[in-house]
Amino acid sequence: MKSPSAHSQLPTRRDFLKSAAGASALALSIGFEWTASTRRAFGAPSPGPFVPNAFVRIGADDSITVIAKHLEMGQGAYTGLATILAEELDADWSRVSVESAPADAKLYNNLAFGPVQGTGGSSAMANSYAQLRDAGAKARAILVSAAAKEWHVPVNELTVNKGVVSHAPSKRRASYGSLVKTAITLPVPDTVTLKDPKNFTLIGGRPARVDVPSKTDGTAQFTLDVVLPGMLVALLKRPPLFGATVKSFDPGPASAVAGVVKVVQVPRGIAVVARNFWAAKLGRDALQVEWDDSHAEKRSSAAMMDEYRRLADQPAPSARKEGDARKAMGEASRTVSASYEFPYLAHAPMEPLDAVVKLDAASCEIWTGDQFQTIDQANAAQAAGLDPKQVSIHTLYAGGSFGRRANSMSDYIVEAVSIAKAYGADGTPIKLQWTREDDIHGGLYRPMYFHKLEAGLNAQNQLTAWRHVIVGQSIMAGTPFAASIKEGIDPTSVEGAATIPYAIPNIAVELSTTKAGVPVLWWRVVGSSHTIFAVEAFIDEAAHAAGVDGFAFRRSLLEHQPRMKAVLELAAEKAGWNSGPMPAGKGRGIAVAEAFKSLVAQVAEVSVDKEGNIKVDRVVCAVDCGTPINPDIITAQMEGGIGFGLGAVLHGAVTLKDGRVEQDNFNNYRVLRMNEMPKVEVYIMPSNEAPTGVGEPGVAPIGPAVANAVFAATGKRMHVLPFPKLGVA
Amino acid sequence: MSTTFTLNGQSTTLDADPTMPLLWALREVAGLHGTKFGCGMALCGACTVHLDGQAIRSCVMPLSAVAGRKITTIEGLQSKQAKAVQAAWVALQVPQCGYCQSGQVMSATALLEKNAAPTDADIDAAMSGNICRCATYTRIRAAIHSAAQSIKA
Repeated sequence: MKSPSAHSQLPTRRDFLKSAAGASALALSIGFEWTASTRRAFGAPSPGPFVPNAFVRIGADDSITVIAKHLEMGQGAYTGLATILAEELDADWSRVSVESAPADAKLYNNLAFGPVQGTGGSSAMANSYAQLRDAGAKARAILVSAAAKEWHVPVNELTVNKGVVSHAPSKRRASYGSLVKTAITLPVPDTVTLKDPKNFTLIGGRPARVDVPSKTDGTAQFTLDVVLPGMLVALLKRPPLFGATVKSFDPGPASAVAGVVKVVQVPRGIAVVARNFWAAKLGRDALQVEWDDSHAEKRSSAAMMDEYRRLADQPAPSARKEGDARKAMGEASRTVSASYEFPYLAHAPMEPLDAVVKLDAASCEIWTGDQFQTIDQANAAQAAGLDPKQVSIHTLYAGGSFGRRANSMSDYIVEAVSIAKAYGADGTPIKLQWTREDDIHGGLYRPMYFHKLEAGLNAQNQLTAWRHVIVGQSIMAGTPFAASIKEGIDPTSVEGAATIPYAIPNIAVELSTTKAGVPVLWWRVVGSSHTIFAVEAFIDEAAHAAGVDGFAFRRSLLEHQPRMKAVLELAAEKAGWNSGPMPAGKGRGIAVAEAFKSLVAQVAEVSVDKEGNIKVDRVVCAVDCGTPINPDIITAQMEGGIGFGLGAVLHGAVTLKDGRVEQDNFNNYRVLRMNEMPKVEVYIMPSNEAPTGVGEPGVAPIGPAVANAVFAATGKRMHVLPFPKLGVA
Repeated sequence: MSTTFTLNGQSTTLDADPTMPLLWALREVAGLHGTKFGCGMALCGACTVHLDGQAIRSCVMPLSAVAGRKITTIEGLQSKQAKAVQAAWVALQVPQCGYCQSGQVMSATALLEKNAAPTDADIDAAMSGNICRCATYTRIRAAIHSAAQSIKA
């Protein structure tokens, strides 16, 4: 954590209540505030709310409702979006709440990758910053104009503090809520002047997260918690092999289970629809299905990796070419080479996938932690046989995603719609619930990859040549984002590798794209979840071959990358990189990455015991993400990203045996637990640059930082992920 | 078939399949939604509730097994330890996605009710059964220490 004092700046819940109570006491004593209920009691019509644009609503009761176009899945998007808007609005933070936007690709387009309403690529703040500053500032301008009009005073004599407009010469004050009735009559200005960032009070401050109280007392609403009158619960039995289909099934034993209402066939399998989860589960357990495996993927992942190794020696499309790497390698005084193997990874968000669908002949209503609203709307419409306009989406809190809910097939949502349709499309709400086993078996994994690298050093131990071959499946192929694949290069397969930041005169990065029946998807930090490991572990091998310290070697190659060099230096300094050797059995490792335009450097300290168990004791993280909108959330995302990435490198793997996934649940798909979490220190670079990604970049450097630390402690390099037990492999 | 037990201090009778896991009886029969489903195999702790003051995984506990016993869920937390834990969770801004946090709060509360000053090793032992995929572990640890301090003060 950044510092204990930083946390003390956060308002506690008591402060929150105190300030809310204080605000209304003040309002009452001055006598200008009529709450909506008071107005109704006196028979006066309640004005408003004032809706100056698609992003904010201001109530006569002084409530500020920010409309979030992005999913809140833990990354703090709701709080960040509200912070940006509330800053320019000069709102009272204690009156700000957030609600999710309806699906609309025009109003709520993701400006980073649209025309789509969707959340991903760590883009929520980056693509909303200018948009929500403008929205907040325009709303403020209208409210100030309303006060000027009511009081017949010039606008430039008015000031705003925490949602209260004041006119000092006449000592008049009015809360935003009291100005709503005039504000709704005024036009929205075409242009508006934004604040000078030095006057920010919320941006760069530590406004408390809007979702923390309800996520602490159990009242936060997830899809799991949706209950509608007459709602049924469905579990879906899917084929055990990817690409298999239903040959035949006997609904009898499942239908005989008490509470089972109907057994229906849908394109993805056989659904058991029941009065509650337990009945649906018992029904599904009893279901007899015969599968047609003729088009299924039947290979084992080990055999696929053997093929990837062979492909790494074949010519492949170029993702980056500088100079002549092959020639330079031949002329090098010394070369080093290594390969790295990465498994399929499941996202395993804590909330198993779920969606509630209410479908009838003319409409489809969906409740879910929706990450790709307009893509999901279109896919749901197609599955339902409706027009997208007939599909409405209620986006709820998602119990994690890590990329899983953002998929262009809308797999779990389409399943839910197809079940509702097969059930009869009679308006009965149906909740599709995945189990953890469904999740681990369910595909859409981070792809498996093989990386092969070679580096050449000259007589002065300078890095003169770099070759990097990547072999694996494409995430973008076959999706609406396939147009991003140019000349055989899916950018998500090579980001972090083709963009290697180091000054090396001869670079060749090649990509061999494979095909497999295993569906794949982006997983937190996407390509950099494997490319940064390969680059940062291998640059360490090159540094070692050159006889140069890993930090000094990197820094010497980053003279032209001042921001990256600065985070590298900050992490090294805070970690005490040059404070002398560590005791036996301990080691320090460093790694740096650029991901989603943010720069992150991490230093890991590890201990390795006599049995070869690796314990990560401490991680120091420096991040430059442009303007820090909420430093406490940035810190939290770095902490969480480190834990998420660490779980993967220590334990994470989905493997296939003859096409069948070998893992089932958290017993054999292991993730990081409390006893394995290191101490984490996060340092944020001050910056006035535009904000960049925060949710994912912290994941990228942790793996190689730990691998390099393990080498420092033991002399052993980690070439296979998850790390094999030392002394065994 | 019905099962009678004390739920958050109230004598409660739930009419449900006695083999139904307590988790689903709480959620779908009693209508208490704070307790979450994460794995169904007592591997993740999202479903943690207190059985006679002990943290247990409700996803593998048949409803029939709690007959005559006391169950406390996140909705029924009253103890000073629970209040201190929840205040620390807010003060340190622990939750991210929040889905596992009911279970984390239940495990942390049960720990502090037995051990007023847990060490890091005690926290590891009591909390390693509760998975958080957002990896809020550093803050959970800090919040448990902070809650212990606030009770002592």
